[in-house]
Amino acid sequence: MSTPFYVSPQQAMADRAEYARKGIARGRSLVVLQYADGIVFVGENPSRALHKFSEIYDRIGFAAAGKYNEYENLRIGGVRYADLRGYTYDRDDVTARGLANVYAQTLGTIFSSAGEKPYEVELVVAEVGATAAGDQIYRLPHDGSIVDEHGSVAVGGNAEQISTFLDQRHQDGMTLAEALKLAVQALSSQANGAEKAIPVERLEVAVLDRTRAQQRKFKRIRGRQLARLLEADVPAAAQADAVSNDEAPEDDAE
Amino acid sequence: MEANNLGTGRLPAAFLTPGSSSFMDFLGAHSPDMLPGNRKLPEGVVEAPHGTTIVAATFPGGVVLAGDRRATMGNMIAQRDIEKVFPADEYSAVGIAGTAGLAVEMVKLFQLELEHFEKVEGATLSLEGKANRLSTMIRSNLGMAMQGLAVVPLFAGYDEAKEKGRIFSYDVTGGRSEEHGYAATGSGSIFARGSMKKLYRPDLTEEQATTLVVQALYDAADDDSATGGPDLYRHIYPIVTVITDEGFRRLTDAQSQELARTVTNRRLEQPDGPRAALL
Repeated sequence: MSTPFYVSPQQAMADRAEYARKGIARGRSLVVLQYADGIVFVGENPSRALHKFSEIYDRIGFAAAGKYNEYENLRIGGVRYADLRGYTYDRDDVTARGLANVYAQTLGTIFSSAGEKPYEVELVVAEVGATAAGDQIYRLPHDGSIVDEHGSVAVGGNAEQISTFLDQRHQDGMTLAEALKLAVQALSSQANGAEKAIPVERLEVAVLDRTRAQQRKFKRIRGRQLARLLEADVPAAAQADAVSNDEAPEDDAE
Repeated sequence: MEANNLGTGRLPAAFLTPGSSSFMDFLGAHSPDMLPGNRKLPEGVVEAPHGTTIVAATFPGGVVLAGDRRATMGNMIAQRDIEKVFPADEYSAVGIAGTAGLAVEMVKLFQLELEHFEKVEGATLSLEGKANRLSTMIRSNLGMAMQGLAVVPLFAGYDEAKEKGRIFSYDVTGGRSEEHGYAATGSGSIFARGSMKKLYRPDLTEEQATTLVVQALYDAADDDSATGGPDLYRHIYPIVTVITDEGFRRLTDAQSQELARTVTNRRLEQPDGPRAALL
């Protein structure tokens, strides 16, 4: 009978984390940004039918990078959780915080149970508030931790570099067209400084728009509306601002 | 019925098990006691508030669905401003006659069923599909209906595939039938239907269609004690909704007030309402 190898807990966890991170890094990145009227989700997605972004509930949206079948499973779990909770109590009792907690517990339990393969996913759960101050964005890495984000967030393979790019340029109160352009710019910048163009047909864009009359604020933006937004001239002043704010500390943006 | 029912805070296995896109199926598997149809029925007859008249009419490009505001319990007016017409989703609406409490619950579950499907599948059900789903829900209420707690809705929507408004009516057993032109349900429906039969034309404008349903509700209230007419004193007016290719829209209070006042003023001169030509 062979003796089992001893693997230290630290090593086991590090291995699992690396496994998950590698899986996530294979997928394309996506970004979630706050803009004046809500939150916009932008990602490169060659598929029309297999979405990276979707609606969970009235004011709550979901974005995921990584392995499709795993995040799809989590997404449907989240929809069931939200719908059941709203049906049991009230629609107002379904919150992004609650949902993010459930996801965190689920991912955390899977990550640390030795019998299961860790999920190769990174999620974003966002809720649009009545005002920009009420917006909530949570990022959930594969290990079940929660990061409360503000302004902009990127997940997926190239996330770190894209986040840095966005942190320098994103500001509160951008219009949808400005935020969208910034997001596309961020997604198309590559590690070596070069840019790769992402054709409009390969962009998946959705918003949580607080100005929408309906109770459900999630909306996909595609086709002509998307092309129009991408073509819209962003006022030169706004662009100049964005550049001059580069050096300014984040807090000044408020 | 929290997701957190295992004490770990983790989503229970049922939530992550691939399954159907129906919320009712999920509820049936995960917590069957929450489904209205699964409740054990007590002996005897329960008296509960009932809603009365719902009317609908199609016009080129859409459909109008409207309801009066009265709920009665026996010979008593239980509520004067009850709402009996609800959006089911972006392109359809449901109006309810029958036991108010159960009907409102059914509508809530129906709305959720459509929304759940849409979110899970990324596509909406066809209008037929929605109508059939409602049929199943009414059928599951048959036990209650036998005890006098019937729910009889009227379902109307804009069929995006056929590009027109359509109306479906139901009986207590869940029997579904598509109505052409106009339809009514509830205790005042006989009178409302008679009224619409004389006034309806297939080429009505949206404005004429909304006036038509208010006329019909007025006539229902005129002859059925369980249906409430426009309450000018308390500013309670019928709920009128319009569904077109632009989606569901409920007339504002000011708009339905305007409609109700126009109809009521005309009735001051002509109490039996507008007359159709004899030949």
